[in-house]
Amino acid sequence: MADAPDGKKRANGLPDTKLLDDLEKGPWPSFVTEIKSAAKNSESARDLLGQLELSYEDRKSHWKHGGLVGVLGYGGGVIGRYSDVGEQFPNVAHFHTMRVNHPAAWFYTSDALRTICDVWERRGSGLTNMHGSTGDIILLGTTTDQLEPTFQELTHEGFDLGGSGSAVRTPSSCVGMARCEWACYDSMKLCYDLTMHYQDELHRPSFPYKFKFKFSACPNDCVASIARADMSVIGTWKDEIQIDEREVANYAAAGLDIAKDVCSHCPGKCMDWDGKKLSIENHDCVRCMHCMNVMPKALRPGKERGAVILLGAKAPILQGALLSSVLIPFVAADELFETIKELVSRIWDFWDEYGTNRERIGELIQRVGMPAFLDAIGLDPVPEMVSAPRDNPYIYYQTEKEGEQ
Amino acid sequence: MSTFEVEGRKYEVDEDGFLQEPDRWTDDVAKDFAQSESIDSLTDGHWKVIHYIRNYYLQFGIAPMVRKVCKETGYKLSEIYQLFPSGPAKGACKLAGLPKPTGCV
Repeated sequence: MADAPDGKKRANGLPDTKLLDDLEKGPWPSFVTEIKSAAKNSESARDLLGQLELSYEDRKSHWKHGGLVGVLGYGGGVIGRYSDVGEQFPNVAHFHTMRVNHPAAWFYTSDALRTICDVWERRGSGLTNMHGSTGDIILLGTTTDQLEPTFQELTHEGFDLGGSGSAVRTPSSCVGMARCEWACYDSMKLCYDLTMHYQDELHRPSFPYKFKFKFSACPNDCVASIARADMSVIGTWKDEIQIDEREVANYAAAGLDIAKDVCSHCPGKCMDWDGKKLSIENHDCVRCMHCMNVMPKALRPGKERGAVILLGAKAPILQGALLSSVLIPFVAADELFETIKELVSRIWDFWDEYGTNRERIGELIQRVGMPAFLDAIGLDPVPEMVSAPRDNPYIYYQTEKEGEQ
Repeated sequence: MSTFEVEGRKYEVDEDGFLQEPDRWTDDVAKDFAQSESIDSLTDGHWKVIHYIRNYYLQFGIAPMVRKVCKETGYKLSEIYQLFPSGPAKGACKLAGLPKPTGCV
């Protein structure tokens, strides 16, 4: 154990963390508080505090770049992490991260959670991140010799490692039909089925770069798939929004200003409330979900349900951030699994062949152009593929002409 | 920096066990490193992959992408993992004497 960075002796066995203590102020939860609490029992949590304080003093990370460790048979799931001040903080000199595939929609029994924590207190630092941005359970901090035994114990308990590197990343889904009345397809089942189907691609990186799947069962998109997943599958419906007129009247009677709080916020301007009756021009509905979110008892998605498949979101690394845009406007719920398998194999063939190193699928489409991409995967262009319909400032959308078409 | 030692022969390696002096590489080096990646003995299949990666590295200065390794050696990815249980990046590149790949393989 090393002294605190400025050489001062620790109070209460913890390193002196003048700068980190600032992060505990305010009404929010603080990771510093959590690490301090873990540091009572964990030497590595103690050294982690020390190294982090030093990072804040030096204004730079003290983790070295890269690190290549893993378990046998897998090319991913473990992220190598080494300290560049390991002599000062020996308990975080090796501080590898393990990613563990979470259950669909993050449903656990408390037994399962205790099991993971027990394994990790024995085999690692005891520190976890529940959950990482991709969705995995993140186990923070262990040494190379603990990787195989941890992996063995986790698989024995029914868990598996998640994805890392240029591979399929651990797919994730919203709670879907388990809890949500708006689910237009079974997002948890699709997430599970595709995770199982793509085990090879998940554990053995072979792509130009990462590929993420996320499944939201309705357009509220609770897992933010449209902003974060290379392939976003978002539930939607084809027919008309179901209206329960009696419940609409109840909302009005209870004081909801339907014209102001529902109709006027509709981006498609498709709703009208005359004080007695709510009418919806369904072909102008853009599936924003606002009306249903405000009046959940009165309105619900249509009966012909399925999902829209979108492609190409990413965070800014090599190029700027992208949102996914529509690839297939509607797939019926019971055809999703087969459709996605077929579609994805065509997309990956093209990406494998033409993608440059570290090029996400969205960037590849930007580079070669949507027409060339569609041609390669054998899809015909359709109007829904325009990423922001009716928003092009150079084409004036004239409503009066709509009736003639 | 640490040292990897096999039967008296010493190699400078990084923290993940990758050879730090790429010029020192010979077939014997690959044999010495095999044990550390859970490989009992090197077969013709191993050598095909190792020599392909090695030659690519000497020509281009980086490790080849995984799908290129598969294409050029004729092995499926699952077969590469059977040959090198720790995978193409950690296993095969280490035996081929490459410095640690940065996210290519």
